[in-house]
Amino acid sequence: MRGVGKLAWIETKLFVREPLALLFAFAFPFFMLFVLAGVFGNDVDPTDEENLRVWRGVGPTDYYISTYVGLVMASAGLITLPLRLASYRETGVLRRFRAAGVPLGVVLGAQVLVAIGMAIIGAAGIVVAGRAAYGAQMPESWPLVLVGSAMGLAMFAAIGLLLGAILPTSRAVQGAGLTLFIVMMMISGSGPPREVLTTVMQTVSDGLPLTHLNLLVQDAWLGFGWNTGQALVVVAITVVAGFLAVRFFRWE
Amino acid sequence: MTLASPGRAVFVNQLVKRYGRTVAVGGASLEVETGEIFGIIGPNGSGKTTTVECLQGLRTRDSGEVRVLGLDPQAQRNALRHRIGSQLQESALPERLRVWEALDLFAAMSPHSRNWRELLEEWDLTEKRDTAFADLSGGQRQRLFVALALVNEPEIVFLDEMATGLDPAARRGAWELVRQVRRRGTTIVLVTHFMDEAEELCDRIAVFRAGTVVALGTPPELVARYAGRSLVRFTDNTEDLDWLRDCPGAEEVAREGPRVEVRGTGPLLAHVGAALVAHGIAPADLRVERATLEDAFMAMTGEGAP
Repeated sequence: MRGVGKLAWIETKLFVREPLALLFAFAFPFFMLFVLAGVFGNDVDPTDEENLRVWRGVGPTDYYISTYVGLVMASAGLITLPLRLASYRETGVLRRFRAAGVPLGVVLGAQVLVAIGMAIIGAAGIVVAGRAAYGAQMPESWPLVLVGSAMGLAMFAAIGLLLGAILPTSRAVQGAGLTLFIVMMMISGSGPPREVLTTVMQTVSDGLPLTHLNLLVQDAWLGFGWNTGQALVVVAITVVAGFLAVRFFRWE
Repeated sequence: MTLASPGRAVFVNQLVKRYGRTVAVGGASLEVETGEIFGIIGPNGSGKTTTVECLQGLRTRDSGEVRVLGLDPQAQRNALRHRIGSQLQESALPERLRVWEALDLFAAMSPHSRNWRELLEEWDLTEKRDTAFADLSGGQRQRLFVALALVNEPEIVFLDEMATGLDPAARRGAWELVRQVRRRGTTIVLVTHFMDEAEELCDRIAVFRAGTVVALGTPPELVARYAGRSLVRFTDNTEDLDWLRDCPGAEEVAREGPRVEVRGTGPLLAHVGAALVAHGIAPADLRVERATLEDAFMAMTGEGAP
């Protein structure tokens, strides 16, 4: 698949040539790290049972650090990737690719590679910043965290393709993708802990992909082991979104 | 249609394509010979681009038969895609993509590509090699698109409004390049709304109107068939010129101030000249205007060039 590699490399260069887009792609998770670590700190009061329950027995920064990794992936999948696909459709770039005989797999594969690459860089950045600036805990099990994160990358790549396939214009993506991102940021465990959400919010939260990814990676990170139930949900979302994306993709 | 027809470079029989209730192409038929420069002209909305898009496999036809290099562009798109080149009327490239990157990328998509550095040279883009697509002028973009359409050494290339955005000098340069492309053995299908371009370049032309082919032939054939009348012009101040109507072949005499126009058929110039001399008038600017493809086009479609 020489074509995928070539197009992915070009896409990477295009991204680097638009520093603002690059910055925006990573801004939210870092902002959340800065605000929430500043507000809650990382102290644990072993006598406060309510507090231990809400924060799963760890300090707030340790609780959050894995969820910011999820947030980086959500930002790539809900905003960056679909925005690029939709704007390519809008301006006729996809049409030209198609006329030149670029296969669908190459177009989508290249976008996915770039989005995943960006998300990996962003995730690494957030972990390093969390560790260096706020002393966040490192994963109890690196292998489980890496496997869970890889599944998260795949899931948000598939969701990104789906949004890019069904949302016709970049404006639609800016509206729908950004809304989805902010909702997920607020109630998927990357904002207020799930334990303090109202029942209604928890129900909505259960329907959000990021919630399941956060639980999967957080469990592995904090030493609660492999969460098979959440892993299955993440895989199911990936498969369904990926299938629908290819099914409903439009070149123009 | 003969059985041999599907072997031609392009074969279209009774092509129909609708968008909702709008009939874009309503039963168009044409054939393009291998090695030919084939023109498609017609007013806006007459189905030219839709027809070409059906040939490129970019649109799904509703009915009719279409063969490009003997293949069905819909069902056999994968087999065809490396053998045709397409310069599209409406499309773009990523804004920050540089000229050489576009050529390099498109070349990588085909198993048998030309050296794109030669194309840069031929299409006068060498200086713009590292320029981003967004910073190219309209003419430069157009030249890049044509170069991209040729990078895979296509057997047939579809050029849709190739000359739009080119200045007159660049347009003539592009014509010469198109002829060169044909000399390499590539069949060219050229959609254009420039009548001079069609007349200059094309071996044969199909004229579209309201989704069908209303005329097909070489440029001189079309001119003779649809704009056979001659127009003789001169200036003179003689008040009464009505006797010019008696010239053999003259049908109409019109004047505006000193400017006189005689329309008719046959060797009109000779007859008008003889009559004028016989009346003691010898205008210095007596001339005949040869009908052009544009005149034929107006006669065929009932309108000016789109």
